[in-house]
Amino acid sequence: MIELREVSHSFGERPVLSDVTLTLAERRIGIVGANGSGKSTFARLLNGLLLPSRGAVLVDGIDTRRDARAVRRRVGFVFQDPDVQIVYPTVEEDLAFGLKNLRLDKGEIARRVDAALERFGLATLRRQSAHVLSGGEKQLLAIAGVLAMEPAAIVFDEPTTLLDLRNRRRIAAAIRDLPQRAVVVTHDLDLLADFERVIALDKGRVLADGAPAEVIDAYVRRMS
Amino acid sequence: MLGLYVHRESVVHALPAGAKLLLLFGAAAVVLLSKSLWLLGGALGASALLFALARLPLRTVAEQVRPLLAIALVFFVVQAALDSVEAGLVTVGRFLVLVLLATLVTLTTRVSDMVETLERALAWLRPLGVNAGKVSLMLALTIRLVPVLLAQAQEIRMAQRARGVERSAVALLVPLMVKTLRMADDLADALEARGYDPH
Repeated sequence: MIELREVSHSFGERPVLSDVTLTLAERRIGIVGANGSGKSTFARLLNGLLLPSRGAVLVDGIDTRRDARAVRRRVGFVFQDPDVQIVYPTVEEDLAFGLKNLRLDKGEIARRVDAALERFGLATLRRQSAHVLSGGEKQLLAIAGVLAMEPAAIVFDEPTTLLDLRNRRRIAAAIRDLPQRAVVVTHDLDLLADFERVIALDKGRVLADGAPAEVIDAYVRRMS
Repeated sequence: MLGLYVHRESVVHALPAGAKLLLLFGAAAVVLLSKSLWLLGGALGASALLFALARLPLRTVAEQVRPLLAIALVFFVVQAALDSVEAGLVTVGRFLVLVLLATLVTLTTRVSDMVETLERALAWLRPLGVNAGKVSLMLALTIRLVPVLLAQAQEIRMAQRARGVERSAVALLVPLMVKTLRMADDLADALEARGYDPH
């Protein structure tokens, strides 16, 4: 479970999030909001990539300011642009990167790499250079790399923004089938239709929080 | 080195990365110290044999070697004009042997194996403050990001052309630098998110 207690965050003098208190316990949670509403900051606070200027973020009771590394083992993160997340030149080498960081033995790394390749339909591309993959394949590789580390939750920061319709559907299906809790920051409202909860942010504050239909409705009204 | 590894079941692929790199450095020392055309010819023949043993696709090899032939020709012409035909042949022979063997190592060795070897080789420098893990990650990231940066440069150049700027170093370099710095920030976040520990 992820808890935000009176969380505020500023970049210099500019406040981005103000006094947000939330408990994220559902399996599928969507975060929507206009550009500059604080969505990406919110996402980065959830796994300790950013630390709150005020208040606290706790993951399974661990404060991100006390032990961000332990938090990041529990909460994976998928970035909008997979090119910044893929570290090694080939698909299977990149999948192994996060697992080596967990200091797993070679047998376990090989087993998890094989499982991730199979699960995301990347097995035929295992020795392929990452830079020749399509946008959708790169994003699947980024998700597979995070999933192989077996975190309890995964935060996605606009995972479908750079993708065409077909690849958006592939990523939506991949997120739907995840066994983990997923917190998805997105402008793609269709992606959120079967989510359990959606939170709309506006100017760093919670505008609406609840079932997808009502929150999206409130968000769309605010945008128009 | 741009992640060009081509998987094949071959004796060359099966050799450990460390052994291949040592052989490469050894061969480099020998050809750079030698002026014998016979030895250089033999080394070229041996390089060709190793390519055959590696069972690499001819097309991939040709793609790698073709641009080198033009450079070799320039070397030969300059050296032959300034010194002698024999000196030109020696220079070209050295150049081709070195580049062919380096290409062979690149095409038959996975970057992760190369990185692990480098990490082991540099481990003894730790008391001097050299972090072998960081150096090898830097190598992997360089190989990974060169095509990404090239693609970004291409995209910026097209955007400039669309706005009527045909050739301008400033118009290319300024946005490329901004994008690269932003990417470096995101990449640092991504490394943290994927559990990378620099210590």
